[in-house]
Amino acid sequence: MAPLLTVENLRIELTTRDGVAPVIDDLSLNLNAGETLSFVGESGCGKSMTALALMGLLPEKVGRVAAGKIIFDGEDLTQASPQRLREIRGNDISMIFQEPMTSLNPVFSVGEQIAEAIRAHQNLSRKAAWDKAVELLDAVRIPNPKGRAVDYPFQMSGGQRQRAMIAMALACEPKLLIADEPTTALDVTVQAQIFDLLTDLQKQSGAAIILITHDMGAVAEMARDVIVMYAGRKAEYGPVDAIIEHPRHPYTQGLISCVPHIVSDMSEERPDLVEVPGIVPSLKDFGRDECLFASRCAHRTEQCLAERPPEKPFAGGQLADCWHAEEL
Amino acid sequence: MQFLLTTSKRVFYAIVLLVAVLVLNFSLMHLAPGDVADTISQSMGGADQELLDQIRADYGLDQPFIVQLGRYIGGVLTLDLGFSFFYNMPVTELILQRLPATLLLVLSAQLLALIVGVLLGVMSARKPNGITSHFVTFLALFGYSAPVFWTGILLLIGFSLKFQIFPVAGMQDVTIEGGFWVHAKDIFMHLMLPMTTLASIFLALYSRLSRATMMEVLGSDYVRTAKAKGLTQRQVVYKHALKNALSPVITLAGLQFSAVISGAVLVETVFSWPGLGTLAFQSIIARDTPTILGILFFSALVVIVGNLLTDMALRLVDPRLRGR
Repeated sequence: MAPLLTVENLRIELTTRDGVAPVIDDLSLNLNAGETLSFVGESGCGKSMTALALMGLLPEKVGRVAAGKIIFDGEDLTQASPQRLREIRGNDISMIFQEPMTSLNPVFSVGEQIAEAIRAHQNLSRKAAWDKAVELLDAVRIPNPKGRAVDYPFQMSGGQRQRAMIAMALACEPKLLIADEPTTALDVTVQAQIFDLLTDLQKQSGAAIILITHDMGAVAEMARDVIVMYAGRKAEYGPVDAIIEHPRHPYTQGLISCVPHIVSDMSEERPDLVEVPGIVPSLKDFGRDECLFASRCAHRTEQCLAERPPEKPFAGGQLADCWHAEEL
Repeated sequence: MQFLLTTSKRVFYAIVLLVAVLVLNFSLMHLAPGDVADTISQSMGGADQELLDQIRADYGLDQPFIVQLGRYIGGVLTLDLGFSFFYNMPVTELILQRLPATLLLVLSAQLLALIVGVLLGVMSARKPNGITSHFVTFLALFGYSAPVFWTGILLLIGFSLKFQIFPVAGMQDVTIEGGFWVHAKDIFMHLMLPMTTLASIFLALYSRLSRATMMEVLGSDYVRTAKAKGLTQRQVVYKHALKNALSPVITLAGLQFSAVISGAVLVETVFSWPGLGTLAFQSIIARDTPTILGILFFSALVVIVGNLLTDMALRLVDPRLRGR
């Protein structure tokens, strides 16, 4: 069976004041129906840009797909007309955004906003769409959905708003759901609830999920595969278990060691939290023919600064873009 | 229920404000040197002290200030604004005769400025570097900096004299005969130029403001959400974005309401529009104090009602304001 989504050698360029920068550089991936793929990496690594490219919502006149293909359900989205992309958005592919506080329109009731998403793609009466919106609010476990549907976003808590966003994204039973840091703005306890909800809904609907996050814990729990992104390039790609077990890229190692562990015995000495030193390079350096992580890497050699590292395959389908992947 | 409660609260405040305006107007007029008796005697070619005293007694001007004020307010409460010696009729009647013309001019100009201004603002916000955007910037600069009487005269020369499309002055052609629609069309033709003149200043303001707020709103997260839902461009811009961008424009329109009315005084004078503005102008020249006071009172009333309507419109547009 062909995968639901195949991305081949995708390159996305942003026009900035300093010239054209490749925010996504040579990205390839496969995602099957019903599976979850996770994108991890620091802010500014191009995770959200990938999501926007899949939705056909790259910033107008600034961002463009420069090369590569996005094949969704047999159709190359990079060649699709704006009209066709509009039909797909919210219907076959939908998205949950990072900021539930600002992502809902403050002047329309939550029910209206969900019903609108339904009516954009299905020929339903106002009444029928409203009833379906109430059902969806119930499905995302908002208590008293009938009463809450008439509420405006400002009358809801952050967690409830994110649930409403999820209800909206699921309104047309999409084949692919992109969740762009869905829990970053929420309390830790609410985060777990949202992840549980997403997992349950995925089981019911069979949708594939792309989960963008920098929470390695969430990745381990939710996803089958993970792509570690760094400065617009893939650092490592493969099954979550294999990568957490044995990360081959120094950046992945750094990210994993950043996750704090709770010590079971309080008398036990806590290990110090490790950080990845330095910051992501600025956009204008993204296109360079070298390992972009080199400046922050403890394993750096001459070769890393001279040439971009190739993709190296390992057992279990794990891929790592590092000159020293074998040694790590 | 909540809506009724807040509205009635606003109405109560509005009445308090109106009384305050009344007291202030009356006091200011009282402070100015000279009174009705002087003016009347002047128009009679002079009078002796005895006659002056007689006039003052007739008009109640010999009473202490506080009594006069009390009488005036009492009168206003029963809609009696005094008697205009210049027009020789009750002020209330005089004003009610002129009020519809002014309301027609002010409301139509305000509406025209709002609708066209917002549309131009939205169009230019969608393409900030397009031709429309530059046109709006130019129009705003022109409309805002050109004095309203000059714009009026220019339009008169252009569209009434050179191209004789619209009538030169007044509000109705008395020689015209026909049914309701014939008269309505006649008034509309008379209205076009003064309305456009008065709207020009405010159109500039509204288009600039809606352009700015619209640009901000178009970059917001919820507009991205609306796009992600697969809505059409039109739905995204004119439903999701515009409803959010409207609040500041409505607020400004409410604040500008008094400016529109004072602008109407000039426009009415230029176009001999038979409204309160012309009346105000004439009664100031004639020092017809009761009429001036009456007009001030009605202007305040119109502004306050305008603000109440603004408040309600804002509540309609933005649900976040409804609880307050």
